[in-house]
Amino acid sequence: MKTSALGQIVRWDVVVTILLIAVFFGGAGLSPDFANTDNLSFALSDLGEIALIALPMTLLVVCGEVDLSVASVLGLCSALTGSLWDAGWTFETIVPAVVLVGVLCGLLNGLLVTRLGLPSLAVTIGTLSLYRGLAYVVLGTEAISEFPQQYADLAVQTVPGTPIPYPVALFVLLAVITALVLHSTGLGRSLFAIGSQEEAAFFAGVRVKRIKLVLFVVSGVVAAFAGVIYTLRYGSARADNGAGLELAVIAAVLLGGVDFDGGKGTLGGVIAGVLLIGLLRNLLMLNDVATEIQSIVTGLLLIVSVVTPRLIVSIRAARSRRRSAAVAAS
Amino acid sequence: MDAETPPTPPTLALVNVGKAFGAVQALQGVTLELHAGEVHALAGENGAGKSTIVKTFAGVHRPDSGEVRLDGEPVVFGGPADAQQAGVAVIYQEPTLFPDLSVGENIFMGRQPRTGLGRIDRRAMHAAAAELFTRLGVPLDPQQPARGLSIADQQVVEIAKAISRDARVLIMDEPTAALTGQEVARLFTVTRTLQSQGCAILFISHRLEEIFELCQRVTILRDGRWITSEPLAGLTADDLVRRMVGRELSALYPKQDVVPGEVALEVSRLTREGVFTDVSFQVRRGEIVALAGLVGAGRSEVARAIFGVDRRDAGEVKVNGRGITGAGPTAAMDAGLALVPEDRRQQGLVMDMSIERNMGLTQLPALRRAGRLGPLLSRKVERDRARGWAERLQLKFSQLSDAVGVLSGGNQQKVVLAKWLATDPAVLIVDEPTRGIDVGTKSEVHRLLSELAGRNLAVLMISSDLPEVLGMADRVLVMHEGRLVAEIPRAEATEESVMAAATGQNGKAAA
Repeated sequence: MKTSALGQIVRWDVVVTILLIAVFFGGAGLSPDFANTDNLSFALSDLGEIALIALPMTLLVVCGEVDLSVASVLGLCSALTGSLWDAGWTFETIVPAVVLVGVLCGLLNGLLVTRLGLPSLAVTIGTLSLYRGLAYVVLGTEAISEFPQQYADLAVQTVPGTPIPYPVALFVLLAVITALVLHSTGLGRSLFAIGSQEEAAFFAGVRVKRIKLVLFVVSGVVAAFAGVIYTLRYGSARADNGAGLELAVIAAVLLGGVDFDGGKGTLGGVIAGVLLIGLLRNLLMLNDVATEIQSIVTGLLLIVSVVTPRLIVSIRAARSRRRSAAVAAS
Repeated sequence: MDAETPPTPPTLALVNVGKAFGAVQALQGVTLELHAGEVHALAGENGAGKSTIVKTFAGVHRPDSGEVRLDGEPVVFGGPADAQQAGVAVIYQEPTLFPDLSVGENIFMGRQPRTGLGRIDRRAMHAAAAELFTRLGVPLDPQQPARGLSIADQQVVEIAKAISRDARVLIMDEPTAALTGQEVARLFTVTRTLQSQGCAILFISHRLEEIFELCQRVTILRDGRWITSEPLAGLTADDLVRRMVGRELSALYPKQDVVPGEVALEVSRLTREGVFTDVSFQVRRGEIVALAGLVGAGRSEVARAIFGVDRRDAGEVKVNGRGITGAGPTAAMDAGLALVPEDRRQQGLVMDMSIERNMGLTQLPALRRAGRLGPLLSRKVERDRARGWAERLQLKFSQLSDAVGVLSGGNQQKVVLAKWLATDPAVLIVDEPTRGIDVGTKSEVHRLLSELAGRNLAVLMISSDLPEVLGMADRVLVMHEGRLVAEIPRAEATEESVMAAATGQNGKAAA
């Protein structure tokens, strides 16, 4: 029995990557509008906020936690961006203020989880509701638009000379950093240890609480940034911006082969998962498939991605049981 | 074997029984006969196979070879229920009662007397329980909840339950380990009552004087093999020990003599409310100091508090004369402490992680510095170090990238030792370092600890294994109910002196 459970998950993210390539070429065959740079560039920036938030979410899920409040932080920060702009603030002051709110949101999540020892699933379901409520307090049901062109452009235009939109460039940069942190630093090693056996990690000198607190804050900050980008990209600040986005983020992370119980996963898998969801959505949209069906497809994909690795594990276990039983009988 | 057959066959017997767990042969050719009206002792070192025998009698294990005989007839116990049906009852060291049910309800659990309406007849149940206690000569109130009963009283409840089921065979697995002298005397009275009523009783204890006091015959095991079954009359304690050990103790536990150096660990007035109080001691370089005591005396809790896993309510810990600044294991590690914890699977290792990464987990900052890649770790250095430690500790593995969970218990313990020795500590605390590992690896661990002490490491060893404590320790500290009650130098440490202190019998004499 040399194949570890980890080895099987690593193979799952290879499966997702193959699936991604298949969808890409299948999509190119299916729809002439799919595989051109304009569409792909659009598909990527349409994916931007999900992809960004998926990065800290990966770190959280690997260490056995989850942050369901991200879309509400996004909404709150979007509402704040609009309301502060309306009140005459400049973007140079709005962005730091909004990021600070992201820090506070993450801090509250993190403190509730680490100081009071509450499960993050419960805490962030609570703050999901709380932060979304605050977004409505800030902006009510109105929408604020008409942001200055130079900032709006940042959210949709491409880096000069490339088909890559600015938010995607930001994502690539952060993804590289996150991948290095997760797979090549002591912090990343500690995350895997916490996720698979928190007590043993603590006994080995890993600062479990501090690390979790920092991750929740990072998650809040990234969600705040995503809120600004979202606002500018759609040119509209509303309290309900990004509602339900957290589910797409978690779907992408799990689809990428990260174990929801913690301790297993790769960032490469998550990126493949994000892209797969993005391309599928885009493809379905191009083919005028109803949004209900899009939602059903995403849901099914998620279930398959969670079920398949476990199925493989249990089939293997059953096989090796039968084999050892056969050995014992002979 | 005797040529003459006894007039009546033994009530319960194992005949030529063998039992293996994987590659480990736990029992081999073991024969053990329990006769009505006799208290039979079962003796042997830890790991000799005593618990396997208890579990075979209890129907938990089925023998691979040989047979179990009830009244001379072969029987197969398919599970504990079959054994119970046949009249076999087991009293464990720490009984597990339902804490929120009354004593009477615990005794009649699942067999409660009913009223005509089908409801539980509490009055009849408690009356029946009271009668059982009268028979045993122990005044317990059947209506009081089981929560809060002393271990001794809980055992009496278990015995009462056994009698109410008409048990003919009583297996007592180290029942006295956690009892005070008075409680032991009461247990013996109860046992003799049952004996006179025709019960066959198997009694297991590490305390030889108890065996001589209570039992008529003894069976001795060594490494899963049957050594002898003979009457106790005419034997001495030395005879028993020689048969149990089969070699000199010093050969098994090789602690080198070392002149102790400076104080490496100084614990003063350490207190954690409700757990332990006012614990002070020192460990010098080159010394192995054992922390002995009964389960629940607070030994592991002291270790956890020293290492910063648990909060310290009062008191101070100094390593090489300097206090620990900050809280948590990280601060303790920075000060030069290392802890090999009690629970290897939960606290010692990340079971899904590879061998090399488990070893590296305690040295992440060092691996980062070694790599010269900014914040990135050097995997090459990590692997090289892991390989070095694996060779030094003679770890048996196929690849360093294998999950540590696939290793045997003994090899897992070596990985835990490696990950802590790699931090180059000044003080190594080991909590039950050889629990649940095979005899071969056990002596390797002992040799390693002795060698480390020889190189001026200070070792604090918590162990419930008395031969290990007596063989390894330069000094034995004994805890009883959260307090340090005795400090016994190597020359004066005996099973008797340590157990007496651990059961609180000489607390005043030592203080």
